[in-house]
Amino acid sequence: MVSDAVTAPVARARRPRTGTAYPRYVAGKAGGAAVSLLAVLVTGFFLFRLIPGDPVKTMTGGRPVSAAQLAEYRREFGLDLPMWEQFTDYCRKALTGDLGTSYQFRAPVIDKITEALPNTLLLTGTAFVLYTALGMFLGTRSAWRHGKLGDKLNTGLALTLYSVPSFWLGLLMIIVFAVGLGPIPGLFPTGGMESGGKEGFAYVLDVAHHLVLPVITLVAVEYGQTLLVTRSALLDEMGSDYLTTARAKGLRDDLVRRRHAVPNALLPTVTLVFVNLGRTVAGVILVETVFSWPGLGGLFYQALSVPDLPLVQGLFLFFASAVIVMNTLADLLYPLLDPRVGR
Amino acid sequence: MTLLDVRGLTVTYPGGAEAVRGVDLSLEAGRKLGIAGESGCGKSTLALALLRLLPAGTKVGGEVLLDGEDVLTMRWGQVRAVRWAGASIVFQGAMHSLNPVHRLGDQIAEPILLHGGAPPAAAKRRAGELLEQVGLPAARARAYPHELSGGQRQRVMIAMALACDPRLVIADEPTTALDVMIQAQILRLIEQLVSEQELGLIMISHDLAVLADTCDRLAVMYAGRVVEEGPARTVYEDALHPYGRALSSAFPRIGDPASRFAPRGLAGDPPDPTDLPSGCAFHPRCPVALDECAVLDQPLREAGPGRRAACVHVGAAVPPPAGPAQDVRSTT
Repeated sequence: MVSDAVTAPVARARRPRTGTAYPRYVAGKAGGAAVSLLAVLVTGFFLFRLIPGDPVKTMTGGRPVSAAQLAEYRREFGLDLPMWEQFTDYCRKALTGDLGTSYQFRAPVIDKITEALPNTLLLTGTAFVLYTALGMFLGTRSAWRHGKLGDKLNTGLALTLYSVPSFWLGLLMIIVFAVGLGPIPGLFPTGGMESGGKEGFAYVLDVAHHLVLPVITLVAVEYGQTLLVTRSALLDEMGSDYLTTARAKGLRDDLVRRRHAVPNALLPTVTLVFVNLGRTVAGVILVETVFSWPGLGGLFYQALSVPDLPLVQGLFLFFASAVIVMNTLADLLYPLLDPRVGR
Repeated sequence: MTLLDVRGLTVTYPGGAEAVRGVDLSLEAGRKLGIAGESGCGKSTLALALLRLLPAGTKVGGEVLLDGEDVLTMRWGQVRAVRWAGASIVFQGAMHSLNPVHRLGDQIAEPILLHGGAPPAAAKRRAGELLEQVGLPAARARAYPHELSGGQRQRVMIAMALACDPRLVIADEPTTALDVMIQAQILRLIEQLVSEQELGLIMISHDLAVLADTCDRLAVMYAGRVVEEGPARTVYEDALHPYGRALSSAFPRIGDPASRFAPRGLAGDPPDPTDLPSGCAFHPRCPVALDECAVLDQPLREAGPGRRAACVHVGAAVPPPAGPAQDVRSTT
C-alpha cells in the first residue's frame, strides 16, 4: 500500500460540485430561451408592419367597398387603434395563444396552424428520422475510413445532393417517378396527401404512397449536412490519445469507435439534430408547395402571397418558437452527453 | 525466461521517417529498464511498437518477444488478448489519455471485463480497490477525468494499467506534465507497485535523473538507436557516449553547485528522421567526432561489465577482441 504521506493530500480531494450545478444550468438556459422568445414576439410585430400594402384592401380583394365598410373592417381587426395599442393588444393575445384572425380564411390563425401541423409533422418527421439516421451512420463510417475511396464517394455524393435545390429535385422526382419517363411508368402520385374516399388500412397505405416522393426528396437534400457535421466532429476526435488508450486495452476497432470515439463526437451532431427538429415543425415551404402537401409550409406560402398579415405573423411566431424550444432542449441535453458541459 | 526480448526492432513511418533503426533490448521480470532520449529520438514510437499500436501503413521489422512469443507476427485476435493483459501502458500526460465522457471506474473496469470475463459487479469492486491502491478514495470511481487534478489522473492511469495484472508495464513519460512534488509521489508509487507485484517495467523519459533514480538499467536512445546501455547509476554518472554525457550534464546535480550554474546543453537539433546524417547519426553535434565518424556507422559494442556504447572512442579505449566493428575500422 501507499504510505500515508503520499495518500493524505489526494484523499482530501475536492468533491465534484454536481448537486446544484444542473438546476442552475437549466434555469440559465430557460431564461435565455425566454428572452429569445420575447425578441421574436417584438420582431414579429414590427417586421410584418413593414410589408407595403393596405391590409383592408387585401381583404376586400379589390371589390368596390364603401368607406363605411372599410372603416368597419379596420375596427374589426383593430387596425384603427394607434400602433402601440395594437402592439400591447397583440402581445397580450399572443401570450394567451390567440394569434388573431386570418384575413384570407376568416378563421382563427391558431386553428389554421393546428389543422396543418399534423400533416407537416408526418412529412418532415418521417424525413427527419430517415436523414438523421442515414447522415449519422454514413458520417461515422466516412470519418473512420477517411481518405479511402468509400469516404470520398460518400462525401462527394452528400455534398452534391446538399447543394441541389429541393424544389428542383422535387420537380425531377415528379417528372420521373410520378408522371413517368420513357420506360419508367408513373409509380407515385404527383401531389397531395391522399386520393380521397379511402378508409382504415387502405387510407394509411394511400397516405404512405403519397409520402414516398416528398420524403425521398427531403432526405436526399438534407442528409448531407448531418453526414458532414458528424464526419468532421468524429475526425476531430480521431487523433485523440484516449483512443490509443482504448486500443491498447485490447478493444476491437468497432468498440473503440462506438464506445469511445462516437460519444465524444456527438455534441456538434446533437446541436444540428435539434436545430433540424425545430425546423421539422416549420415544415418545408418549397417541397410542400411542389408536392401540394397540405402542411404549414404550404400554408405559409399561401399567407405570404396574399399577404395575410395575422397568419404570416402567427406562423412566424410559431416557427421561431419551435426552433428556440428545440435549441433549449439540446442545451439541456449537453451535460448528460458530456460531463464537462455546464458544471 | 526473459520477459521481454526486443531484437533488431525497426519502425518506418509511411512518410519514410525511420523512427526506430534496429533496437535490441531485454528485460527480466521484476526489473526496471529506463529509456532516455530527447524528443523525436523514437522512444515513444518504440513503446507503441511493442503492442503494435502504430498507425496503419507503418512498417515494423524485427522481433518483439513477450514471454517468448513474437507480438509482431501474432494474429490480431492474439495481439488484442496480449494488450493490457500481458503488457499495459501508462500513457504520457493522463490529461488526454482518459476518455472525458466516461466515469473513471468504468474506464478502469473496461479491460477487466474485456479480458477477465469477470461479472460487472466484481469488476467494479476491483476498480475501487485499484483506486485505493494508488492512493485515491474508491468513491472517485464515479468521477469524470476533468474533476481530477493532473497528478490524480496520472494515478488513475496507473491504476488502470494494473487492472489486468500485466507482466509488463510500459510507462511513457508518466511524470512529464506534473510538478516536481507530484512527480516524486508518482515515481515512488510506480516503484512500489512494481516491486510488490514483480512486474517488468519500461520507463520512458527525457529526464535522465528520474530514470537513474527509478530504474535498474538505462538505455539512451539517439535517432532511433540505442547509443548507450548499462546499469542506470553508472550510465547517469559516467556516460561513455558523448550524447549520454551531454544528456546527463543537461540536468543540474544535487550536491554539485558548479553544475547548477553551468548546465551544459547540446548545440543543434535532433536529426530529421527522414534525412539522417551519414555515418554515426550523432557526428554533426558531437564534440569529439573524428573524420571517420561522418562515414562509418558505429554499432553498439561492449564497454566494460554489463555496458555497451556506440562510439568510436569506446572501441579505441577498450578494443573489442574481434568483430564486425573492428573489421570496418581496419579497412580505413
